[in-house]
Amino acid sequence: MNRRVKAAPYLFLTPAIVLFTLFLALPVCYTFYLSMRRVKVSGLGLGKGSRQEIFVGLDNLAAAATDGELWAGWLRVLGYGALVLIVMLGLALLFALLLDSAHVRLARFSRIAIFLPYAVPGVAATLLWGFLYLPSLSPLRALLDVDFLGATTITFSMANVAVWGGVGFNMLVLYTTLRAIPRELYEAARIDGATETQIALRVKIPILVPAIILTTVFSVIATIQVFTEPTTLRPLTNTISSTWSPLMKVYRDAFVTGDLYSAAATSIVIAAVSLVLSFGFLRVVRGRAFGEES
Amino acid sequence: MTRRLAPTGLLLLGAIYCLFPVSWVLVAATKSPAELFTTSTLTPGTGLLSNIEELFAYRDGVFWLWLANTLLYAGGGALLSTAVSAVSGFALAKYRFPGRDAIFNLLIGGILVPAVVLAIPQYLLFSQIGMADTYWAVLLPQILHPYSIYLARIYATAAIPDSLLEAGRLDGAGEWRLMTRVAIPLMVPGMVTIFLFQFVAIWNNFLLPFIMLGDDGKFPLTVGLYTMLAAGANQPTLYNLILTGALLSIIPLIALFLTMQRYWRTDLSSGAVK
Repeated sequence: MNRRVKAAPYLFLTPAIVLFTLFLALPVCYTFYLSMRRVKVSGLGLGKGSRQEIFVGLDNLAAAATDGELWAGWLRVLGYGALVLIVMLGLALLFALLLDSAHVRLARFSRIAIFLPYAVPGVAATLLWGFLYLPSLSPLRALLDVDFLGATTITFSMANVAVWGGVGFNMLVLYTTLRAIPRELYEAARIDGATETQIALRVKIPILVPAIILTTVFSVIATIQVFTEPTTLRPLTNTISSTWSPLMKVYRDAFVTGDLYSAAATSIVIAAVSLVLSFGFLRVVRGRAFGEES
Repeated sequence: MTRRLAPTGLLLLGAIYCLFPVSWVLVAATKSPAELFTTSTLTPGTGLLSNIEELFAYRDGVFWLWLANTLLYAGGGALLSTAVSAVSGFALAKYRFPGRDAIFNLLIGGILVPAVVLAIPQYLLFSQIGMADTYWAVLLPQILHPYSIYLARIYATAAIPDSLLEAGRLDGAGEWRLMTRVAIPLMVPGMVTIFLFQFVAIWNNFLLPFIMLGDDGKFPLTVGLYTMLAAGANQPTLYNLILTGALLSIIPLIALFLTMQRYWRTDLSSGAVK
């Protein structure tokens, strides 16, 4: 290879690397920097030099890790997240397998309909469901006498919005993976007398494992950062506090109470939690998805 | 018979669940404020045109601006993002060079960085250079999309035969020319898919513009709708405007989605579009 061929890939990667540095690496470093600082007020906090930024090391992080309000947020998101992940991914898997089975009618219509909510912005989806939950508007209230926006039901109502918005995308990912499998594989199983259900359980699901892991990782990361749904539902109910989810607390700290330092520390804790949760998954994904390459 | 009916029935139930809120808002947006609370859910109302008229008159037509802004953020952002992803994916797939794996892992590692760690410092960094409340503040941070680079790499691996690049090199074509004339044309179907997914992601983004922007003339639809809801949640007379706004914010995406069917189905790892 000559020199121009050697330089080419680096040149082609320059835009991505520049963007990565400016909008990813730099902000991440800045978050760490902020998390280790605090404003110290001396005297009455009046006049020049009475407010000083000082280095506090890991104090903010320690405070964030032991913050009771944040822990309450984690618990709410844990319940909400478990519900969303199980129902959404379970339905996505079921729908993908059904779409791929031999005996389904109107498959095209169902596939498009189930994927449709993906085209609805989270804010609009929450707004639609939010209005559907309102006693004065809801056609659902005629069927079910439930207060959808009550203290305990709110978790389910919010999970429903996330499931509704996410099931189609995850179904598509799994379905596309299934379509890529050579049909002969199933023919062989059929000749051996396997039923559709057996083929789904013994042949298709094992093949889908890497794709399921991938969708799980993305769903976990998205769920931990839940912000749009509770923020948008808040105006409609008083059961959602301004610190309902960890990310809402970060927003409140940074932009309402103006404490950037604890907001930075809290966001590091959120990142750490999502890293720890997804790292195990990702190792497996990398092993399977890139194993045959390179 | 049941073997056929059960799967079809289950899928149709899923389809009804997914269509339900959209069809509800389609009907609800046609109702005048009075009809919204009095007529039955399924009865179309008579207020669609006046709702739309009122919506576009809302705060001197700010809804128009939100729509235009959203198109700018989503269209411009997705275009730039697709270009960067395609070029990076091509380089990572088709060249062997020192540091390739390190660069790939670094870029892909970006998938794991939650938006929350980025949004606040991005806002602060943009404010320090006086660009926080500008179009750039929403556009620029959304160009780099690690997952799109990953998809582009997979697609380039499958869609571009090495022999074609080798033949081009023997003919004396430069690397830039090989990329623009050979690689990119072969990657177009995959790039359309990446564009669509990025377009939807930016169109639907709430957190970043919510944090970055203060001037409601620069809001995208998501933030605009949120402010309408926050202002109007206690005023049922505004509900019909909010619902009409929600409907109008969905229609462009659904249209895009239905017309581009072929590309939503594309399996990037198999290379070509079937």
